[in-house]
Amino acid sequence: MTELLLGTKKGLFVLEGEPDSAFDVTARAFPGEPIDFAMRDPGSGRVISTSTSPFYGPKIWFADEPGGEWTQAEGVALPEGGEHALERIWVIVPGDGGALYAGGDPGVLFESRDGGATWELNRPLWEHRVSEDWQPGGGGLCLHSIVPWPGEPDKLAIAVSAAGVWLTDDHGETWRRGNRGIRPRYLPDDAPEDTFQLCVHRMERARRDPERMFIQFHGGVYRSDDAGGSWTAIGDGLPSDFGFPLALDPADPDSAYVIPLTGDFDRVTPDGHVRVYETRDAGATWTPRGDGLPAEQAYLTVLRRAFGQAGEGEGLQLYFGATSGDVFGSGDAGGSWFEVASRLPPVFSVTATA
Amino acid sequence: MALVCVHGPLRKLAGGCAELQIGGATVEELLRGLEHEHPAVTGWILDERGTVRRHINVFVNGERVDQRTAVAATDRVEVLPAITGGT
Repeated sequence: MTELLLGTKKGLFVLEGEPDSAFDVTARAFPGEPIDFAMRDPGSGRVISTSTSPFYGPKIWFADEPGGEWTQAEGVALPEGGEHALERIWVIVPGDGGALYAGGDPGVLFESRDGGATWELNRPLWEHRVSEDWQPGGGGLCLHSIVPWPGEPDKLAIAVSAAGVWLTDDHGETWRRGNRGIRPRYLPDDAPEDTFQLCVHRMERARRDPERMFIQFHGGVYRSDDAGGSWTAIGDGLPSDFGFPLALDPADPDSAYVIPLTGDFDRVTPDGHVRVYETRDAGATWTPRGDGLPAEQAYLTVLRRAFGQAGEGEGLQLYFGATSGDVFGSGDAGGSWFEVASRLPPVFSVTATA
Repeated sequence: MALVCVHGPLRKLAGGCAELQIGGATVEELLRGLEHEHPAVTGWILDERGTVRRHINVFVNGERVDQRTAVAATDRVEVLPAITGGT
């Protein structure tokens, strides 16, 4: 049985099923509330969810089970009396040694050491944010990707739209940029080489090769072989190198999956044809994976956190949801696809637990 | 002390009370007083900047006001979600 947690515009949806046919909606929480992200913490087993009430602001919540009692987490706020307010929490990622990290808008990182009950702002990164000219992307100034390293609790990479990649080796005490090789087409050719106005859409690290990372950029797909220090463009062979989500097969450090959209001028699946593209050679070649996905008259938008996975290797399960409320899944590493659910509210995020 | 009326989820956060007697000379002072008496409300009405959230409306005796508005002890203050916040 696989459990999907879907953050949607109208609440948290829990779907359960086997990875070959439609899933059942088994619970719904926060009805009517925008749920930006939800995940099951592998450490505590808790479900942790982020909401952005248009009335009452962004919150983090936790519960033993999604259908049970939810408790509001503490510490999810910026320093009082400043010029900024927290706008949204985009993602929560488990780190090393039971840590949890949360990233949000305006370019903020929080850490929890108690299973998500209390959170603390990373102040050194916040000082960068306050003192430098960080520009938001269309979705806000979102810190949407957080990459920890196994066995190295002091090492972390984060990605911000649109302030690029940031790296730390001392548990967030100091941060440096990791943008070498990224070429933004939306800036003039004579833009400074060291610009960090870089609109990363999603970043992931290969589990079996800690130095190997991938980025879906705002026009471009990139690979790093030095833990985010530098990046190589690998988007050739895709129908479009514009997109938002990204997934990797934990068993294969040369693997990556992206879902191309036509471009930043038309953010839907190209030609009404929904296809996931897979590389198994670190981006040298890409193969379309569309068996079972809509092949015509399907103009879907898949957001950056709406692509989740469980398992690995031949049994890798992949799931993505669209703003149309359609959710698709694969139980064989993208070889074939099935409709998980349809007619849900717009899907903001997908996480899977098998 | 003015009478502060809260609705929706704010009621539960305010200890289950729909109406509370709170002291303060302005709307902002009343809202800070509400947070002081019921810390669970913190962050729900005023954000970190000390600003009433964009889609919250505050009324004094039926008139929509801003947080600097002076309040008398006999006033009735309503805190309501705005229609602009819904989609």
